[in-house]
Amino acid sequence: MVKTLSRRSLIRGASALTAGGVLDLTLVNLAFGQGGAQPDFTFAYISDSHIQHVKGTKFVRNWDRGLKRAVAECNLLNPKPDFVVFGGDLAQLGKKEELDHGLELLSPLRYDVKYVLGEHDYYLDLGEYWADKISPHYYSWDHKGVHFITLNSIVTHDEWTNKWSSGEERMGVMAGLDDPRGSPFMVGAAQRQWLANDLAKIPKSTPVVVFSHSPLQKIFKNWNFWTDDAEEVQALLAPFDKVTVIYGHVHQIQYNQIGNISFHSVMATAWPWPYPESYSQAENYLPVITVPMNRADPFHERDATGWQFIDVQTGNLAINYSLPDNSPRRVAFNPETGMPEDSEFETRSIPPQKHF
Amino acid sequence: MAKSKFAAVAASIVGAWAFSASADEFTEEDLALWQAEYMAAVDVGRGVFTDPALGTNGVVCAQCHPNGSNIHPETYPKFQKQLGQVVPLWVMINWCIRNPLEGEELAADDPRMIALLAYITHERRGVALEPGKH
Ligand code: HEC
Ligand SMILES: [Fe+2]
Ligand SMILES: [Fe+2]
Repeated sequence: MVKTLSRRSLIRGASALTAGGVLDLTLVNLAFGQGGAQPDFTFAYISDSHIQHVKGTKFVRNWDRGLKRAVAECNLLNPKPDFVVFGGDLAQLGKKEELDHGLELLSPLRYDVKYVLGEHDYYLDLGEYWADKISPHYYSWDHKGVHFITLNSIVTHDEWTNKWSSGEERMGVMAGLDDPRGSPFMVGAAQRQWLANDLAKIPKSTPVVVFSHSPLQKIFKNWNFWTDDAEEVQALLAPFDKVTVIYGHVHQIQYNQIGNISFHSVMATAWPWPYPESYSQAENYLPVITVPMNRADPFHERDATGWQFIDVQTGNLAINYSLPDNSPRRVAFNPETGMPEDSEFETRSIPPQKHF
Repeated sequence: MAKSKFAAVAASIVGAWAFSASADEFTEEDLALWQAEYMAAVDVGRGVFTDPALGTNGVVCAQCHPNGSNIHPETYPKFQKQLGQVVPLWVMINWCIRNPLEGEELAADDPRMIALLAYITHERRGVALEPGKH
């Protein structure tokens, strides 16, 4: 706990110092046990930047700043993360200008980047430009004894996808989180078959980490904090000893445990979203173990936005939330209770502010 | 566009009053009409709330406040630390128009402001009033 705090405070201090020049973060070491077949390592996670084109060379300044800051801070990590994941919604309306500008802002990263597709990247051209210029929509790879899988969880029924007069119209509707004309996200039968085949090759003792854009669990249908075939995907993951799902899209901290599967959300760099309970007209299923974030203060532009670095320790994950305008948080799998928890935040004398 | 629709709504309200038979009676039709007028204002408000032309950068209120959430109209008027005084809801609406939307403030009685207030309050219907609460 202390070691992560010191690393965090160094990063925070360092980001304040960047203008001053040379940084020495080499004092910070992670003394994780190296026992067993799986060496410990870290990776970083940046998500939901929503780069939004205004006109000509102009992009929404606020969203640009969130991504720039995450990239700059990420580059200061020591030890270096093994790779960075971008968790989807790089663009706001899927435009080439937005994806290109987003890539430009990501380009200073000194690490390999793995990409997850978000609905804001997809519904203009059904991910054509993404597949062509950025990344396949779904894929898997192995790294230091962990099997990583990236899914495209934001597809929907063909009838919905094909009923619009243009890609712009379709994207405009899907971009509105609360637009009643939208449609629920899903992984879909074809990709579930691919997933089943992919997992068939993996021993059940291999830790599995899945990246998706939408939660592979059902939280709040009204805002698509939801994947319609979540149970079917969970069933494919159920036979493995250690499974972790990391998702973006919700722009807030959430975590959950369903059977053997740990779930963690990541923050947006662009803007935060209210917790579903703040909409009084619809039912929600926010995981009961989630301790919500404090309400955002609109007078601080970066409040309740952020990025994360993730420790992988013998196949269990700890998510360290780096929140520029808030105290950092760490949500880690506790092998004793068998679920993720934020021990520090939960025991603070000031209870988390759930209400305004 | 939103403006002219709102003007039509206002005109029909005046029309309805003109035809009222007496001061102390109203009919089911009156109630239905008034409800329809109110819902029309709510609909215009939803349009303003999702209108990329309200500000200058294309950002819309609904991007950060889906279904008008986290606006808490039931807590106004309240003291805003950053503004140093007790303010009504429309002042905070203007704050968000000026900042995240990089736009021009609306007058308190601007039809778009009234429509925004109607939509935001409608999404919060049924929640108890708690003026001043944080
Ligand atoms: C960049 C995101 C963003 C956008 C866009 C945005 N807001 Fe906000 N706004 C916030 C945040 C964050 C808060 C603080 C929420 C809270 O208090 O929990 C807030 C607070 C408010 C409040 C005060 C809420 C309270 O509880 O006192 C009002 C009123 C408001 N917004 C109205 C609007 C309106 C109307 C628009 C469109 C013109 C808008 N906002 C656009 C982020 C945004
Ligand atoms: Fe997003
Ligand atoms: Fe999303």
